[in-house]
Amino acid sequence: MRIGPEKVAEVARLARLELEPEEVEGLAAELSNILQYVDKLSELDTTGVEPLSNALAEVNAFREDEVQPSLPREEALANAPRATSEAFVVPRVI
Amino acid sequence: MDVNCLTIARLAEALAAGQISSREATGAVLDRIAATGEQVNAYITLDREGALAAAAEADRRLAAGEAPPLCGVPIAVKDVLCTKGLRTTGGSKILADFIPPYDATVVAKLRQAGAVIVGKTTMDEFAMGSANENSPFAVPRNPWNLVYICGGSSGGSAAAVAADQCVAALGTDTGGSIRQPASNCGVVGFKPTYGRVSRYGLLAFASSLDQVGPITKDVRDAALLLNAICGHDPRDSTSVREPVPDFTAALDQGLAGLRLGLPREYFEVGLDPDVQRTVEAAIRQLEAAGAELREISLPRTEYGVAAYYVIAPAEASSNLARYDGVRFGHRDPAADELAAMYRRSRSQGFGPEVKRRIIIGTYALSSGYYDAYYRKASQVRSLIIEDYRRAFTECDVIVSPVTPTPAWRLGAKSDPLSMYLTDILTIPTNLAGLPGMSLPCGFSDAGLPIGLQLQAAHYREDQILRVAADLEKRLGLTQRRPVL
Repeated sequence: MRIGPEKVAEVARLARLELEPEEVEGLAAELSNILQYVDKLSELDTTGVEPLSNALAEVNAFREDEVQPSLPREEALANAPRATSEAFVVPRVI
Repeated sequence: MDVNCLTIARLAEALAAGQISSREATGAVLDRIAATGEQVNAYITLDREGALAAAAEADRRLAAGEAPPLCGVPIAVKDVLCTKGLRTTGGSKILADFIPPYDATVVAKLRQAGAVIVGKTTMDEFAMGSANENSPFAVPRNPWNLVYICGGSSGGSAAAVAADQCVAALGTDTGGSIRQPASNCGVVGFKPTYGRVSRYGLLAFASSLDQVGPITKDVRDAALLLNAICGHDPRDSTSVREPVPDFTAALDQGLAGLRLGLPREYFEVGLDPDVQRTVEAAIRQLEAAGAELREISLPRTEYGVAAYYVIAPAEASSNLARYDGVRFGHRDPAADELAAMYRRSRSQGFGPEVKRRIIIGTYALSSGYYDAYYRKASQVRSLIIEDYRRAFTECDVIVSPVTPTPAWRLGAKSDPLSMYLTDILTIPTNLAGLPGMSLPCGFSDAGLPIGLQLQAAHYREDQILRVAADLEKRLGLTQRRPVL
């Protein structure tokens, strides 16, 4: 599968990345190369094969819905690039 | 007593016998880092003060006779694991100033066991890489030859252990990131079964593959660290409830009756002659020790890299969405509109390999491509798991090289795909969630370390340790050290 600069730019937008034009060109070439390699997967017949994301037969992990201690607000906000004493601050959205 | 060269087991003995204090041992490690640190670049952040304070506390506990298993032992932690109050960068500019408000579960477990955390080790950005060159920080160098890579992504942890800049370390392994640098640096690296060790507080790269594990100077130390870090954690929903044995019990059992599988496909990937020679010599030793050798087949091995480079980037593209400049990490201060702030903060903060993988992953998950890539790769993953299931009916431990070649020169590989392909022998372990290890088994003609890979069925870390402990004794390589 070849992938052109327009496709890279479109995917970058989905991924919230801003790329320089020369980055887009470079990525298009590299990604084409990688995806061409990945196409190797089509050599394998996977008809009826279950797609797996975990090899271990673990079932879902449930717990009681109980209130537990969480981070104090001050600590949760301490790494924010901008914050007030009670909230994260972002550029105006409306 | 050359304190820096001691293993956990030997240092713990010396500490318990009062032959040395933890402050002295920690001081010796810090001195060693001061003397050789700039040659190797194994650390991103050192915690001199915190380490000396923890050492003083350990000495108090030792004096009171209440010493837990790792009491007073200086240990390094890969900079992808959160340490409360100590900067954790993930090897990324986007987290250059991030101070975690909590400890990762493994870090908390180390502290409970009395360990002294020396600092945070260098790594490929967000653990994405095989040479540890994907980093805005100083690139670590192989202690055996400073113009060679130490490997990645846990390069700093492996280099720090090899250079005696800590007694032991933690790394993480998503596609070989513990085993490959351990092999390159001549130290023991152990990736436990998926779910054995909590991922809480580990900066997520590919959640279905990531696992924390020890990097140590010998096999006994790997067992000791596994004892300390394994176990169920309610804060990680993929953490398993499997009982944790005393892993040191596996160390003195000998090899009689054990069936070792040699996967034909692993020896057909164009092995470097030095790797071939040292691995085959190690296998002959195992045979002489009474193990039964069997040729086995893992026919879908060659598809592992292709499946991995869909699954891992897909998971990464989702996991790394959290770096948006809102709650933590870098923000472009000039952006005055929300979407632009996301885009610019991320673009300024992430390095080229991380962007590449986010783009691959986003593409593979995007509408119209999901079935062709993500679903297909997940199906191939099932087939790889099936290969292993069959293999483990024929053998107990799978023995192979860790990598097709020894470490290469810094800067020698620039093409992403050729870099990805170097992980061909380590990736399948992660896809199947198995435990795997790299044990030093010899040296190339150029004097670079070469590792032997051991893989076992789920939760059978003990079988790997059993083989490794026996072989380590026969090979007698643990005293050999790089000269810095």
